[in-house]
Amino acid sequence: MSVPQYRKVAAAALAAGLGLSLAACSTKSDDSADAGGKVTITVDCQPVGAQKELLKNWNDDVAEFQRQNPTIVVKSVSVGEQCNNPPDFTARLAGGTVTDVFYGYMTDLQQVLDSGQAMDITGYATTDTIPTWDSVDPALKEVFTDGGKLYGIPVKNYSMGLIYNKALFQRAGLDAANPPRTWPEVRAAAKKISALGGGVAGYSEYSAGNTGGWHFTSLLYSQGGQVLSADGKKADFNNPTGKQVLQNLKDMRYGDNSMGSRQLLQWGDLLTNAGAGKVGMFIGAPDATQAIVSQFQGKYQDWAMGPLPGQDGPAKATLGGGEGYFFKKGLSPEQVKAGLKWIAYQKLTPGKGQFDYVRAKPQNYPVGLPQPLLFTGGSDAQKQELELRKANANVDTTNFTAFEANPVPIKGEPRNAQAIYAVLDAAMSGVLTNPNANIDALLKTAEDKVNQLLAAGS
Amino acid sequence: MALTTAPGATRRPGRPAPPPRQTAARRAGLGRKVRDNLTGHTFLIGAVACFAVFSWYPMVRGVVMSFQRTRRGETTWVGWDNYARIIADPSFWTAWKNTFVFTGLALVLGYAVPFFVAILLNELRHAKGYLRVLVYLPVMLPPASALFLFKFYAYDPSEAGLFNAVLTALGLPTSEWMQSPTMTMPAMVLASTWMNMGGAVLIYLAALQNIPGELYEAAEIDGAGVWRRIVHVTIPQTRLILALLAMLQIVATMQLFIEPLILANGAGTEDSATSVAYLIYQHGFFQNDLNGAAALGVIMLVVLAGFSAVYVRLTARQD
Repeated sequence: MSVPQYRKVAAAALAAGLGLSLAACSTKSDDSADAGGKVTITVDCQPVGAQKELLKNWNDDVAEFQRQNPTIVVKSVSVGEQCNNPPDFTARLAGGTVTDVFYGYMTDLQQVLDSGQAMDITGYATTDTIPTWDSVDPALKEVFTDGGKLYGIPVKNYSMGLIYNKALFQRAGLDAANPPRTWPEVRAAAKKISALGGGVAGYSEYSAGNTGGWHFTSLLYSQGGQVLSADGKKADFNNPTGKQVLQNLKDMRYGDNSMGSRQLLQWGDLLTNAGAGKVGMFIGAPDATQAIVSQFQGKYQDWAMGPLPGQDGPAKATLGGGEGYFFKKGLSPEQVKAGLKWIAYQKLTPGKGQFDYVRAKPQNYPVGLPQPLLFTGGSDAQKQELELRKANANVDTTNFTAFEANPVPIKGEPRNAQAIYAVLDAAMSGVLTNPNANIDALLKTAEDKVNQLLAAGS
Repeated sequence: MALTTAPGATRRPGRPAPPPRQTAARRAGLGRKVRDNLTGHTFLIGAVACFAVFSWYPMVRGVVMSFQRTRRGETTWVGWDNYARIIADPSFWTAWKNTFVFTGLALVLGYAVPFFVAILLNELRHAKGYLRVLVYLPVMLPPASALFLFKFYAYDPSEAGLFNAVLTALGLPTSEWMQSPTMTMPAMVLASTWMNMGGAVLIYLAALQNIPGELYEAAEIDGAGVWRRIVHVTIPQTRLILALLAMLQIVATMQLFIEPLILANGAGTEDSATSVAYLIYQHGFFQNDLNGAAALGVIMLVVLAGFSAVYVRLTARQD
């Protein structure tokens, strides 16, 4: 081949290769029904390879589900260890690359609707597709409902309480069976725990990556406050309740020096410290203990949970949240029904999938946590689930007795939560990193910013 | 070793003059011209397609999105609304202030330090290669790893932190580094300079080695000391490289993102680390406001284009 010819061939090959690679970038997975009449659905949130047992459980569930439903093919997609990492989730939504059935937080409904990717599944979610549907808590269904139309199926629900390290409690001479019930009690316990030394924080708190604002909200709820006014048009935390939240933290951080020196923590930072046995108390949902063990090398037997403390008595309210699965717009009715059946099997059937406690018991995942609270109290599914959970518990359920025996009213997250949390991070970081922080000024600045955000309709 | 031709050298021997056949082809029209250069054009497709798909299209799409709003799956034209909303964002001016402070500090520290390190390396007679590797080594470290090293070891606010341990040993007061609003920016510039200066040092070194030795000899004969030789020989001789790197430095530092994201977990203490690029990320990926993020991106593009225009104007005048 002469040199010019060779160049032409090389150029053509290059151009063709590029064209092919660009074509390969497009994602098209709408091969909903093949010639054999099978219905295919793609589902995300498959556990990642590092979560060996969870991944095997998932794959076994898919195999068993497909055996029971020979006309359905489930194609699993893993989207990372934390299924809903907000930036990735947003990118998938904006890029239109979500799977047919996709995972999201309860607070994601608005974003999913705005993206135009949500499918109305009102007519499909029945006891035909989800046998336990009538037992699912109506309040959770409501979270995924907009304008009377259902867009998602709840698969997990939690509320926050006070998580504490029993081993550190014992070492500090505190009663590990009787966690603090008020913020002054938390402060006193934190002081004793941090006195153990070795870089242990008696109480630890977030103040970065929007998690500071998230926890400020929960702490505010415990005081009986609210982030926004009832009509949702004004900030409502620059008042004595908001002030009390920040004052409590400031007293512990600088008055007692019981919160450790490293601040600007976000989710993984705090749990890393907790896994290393350097955190006495923090607020969180029951499954935070699972993250501490499975991701951050902690031990189940060290952790227990009490109700969220209040200022002078029980907390007035606690922050609640959860997760669910949405359906991508444009699916065929057969695909929607197949997706619902899969979710019913894997997420909403006592004894199967996430409720297969017999299978989970010998694995390094907790059975016995007071979660996911999906079924209405007293319903058949709830009774069955509770019975199985108790029979197969592999964690000491008494560790959660104080939390379960003292339920606190659950309150949802505010509208426009993430934007507001970003603003409130500054108030939290201010009070945790500046010994001379002016609480009034921090709250006033945050209030002005949130009001500006609300006025601009961001 | 000179990297380019010596000053005053004549034009490089280039291609021979085009043969008459090509001149005739030009006259024959565009079709013939394209056919003649088919190979070149075909090779060009790859580069053009890459730029079109991965650079130009996203830019145009970003500008279009900045004038739209998508709600409930419906996209509508909203004029300047996104711009008004983004400018009304309470963090907007803070982010710009922080970004300019970082750029300014980076110009003082991140721009000057590599230049003087290069001069120093150029003057060395021994261990040159070893020291060059040492200076360039941090560039080879992934930025995220380098920043985590700073975050967890150097900037640890307790006395166990590397910098605080050194300060304590010297009997100096310690700092809370990233947790102190006043130290946030200097700390980010320090980390950023350490990470990135290797590349700039190598470019300066290449430029320095192009300066004819006679100039220094002449200056020395005229009685110029080290400082005067730098001011009157080194700086004028490397002026173009200095100007180019200043421009690149400004454009790069204005896009400050990974430093606040990793060192300060985003906004830092009381918004002290929020940069414009981080604010774009916040709006786009956390606040369900891709259109607002696009508007802020366009504003940033305009500002950076302004800097580039000033640079072009200044360097044109110099030449």
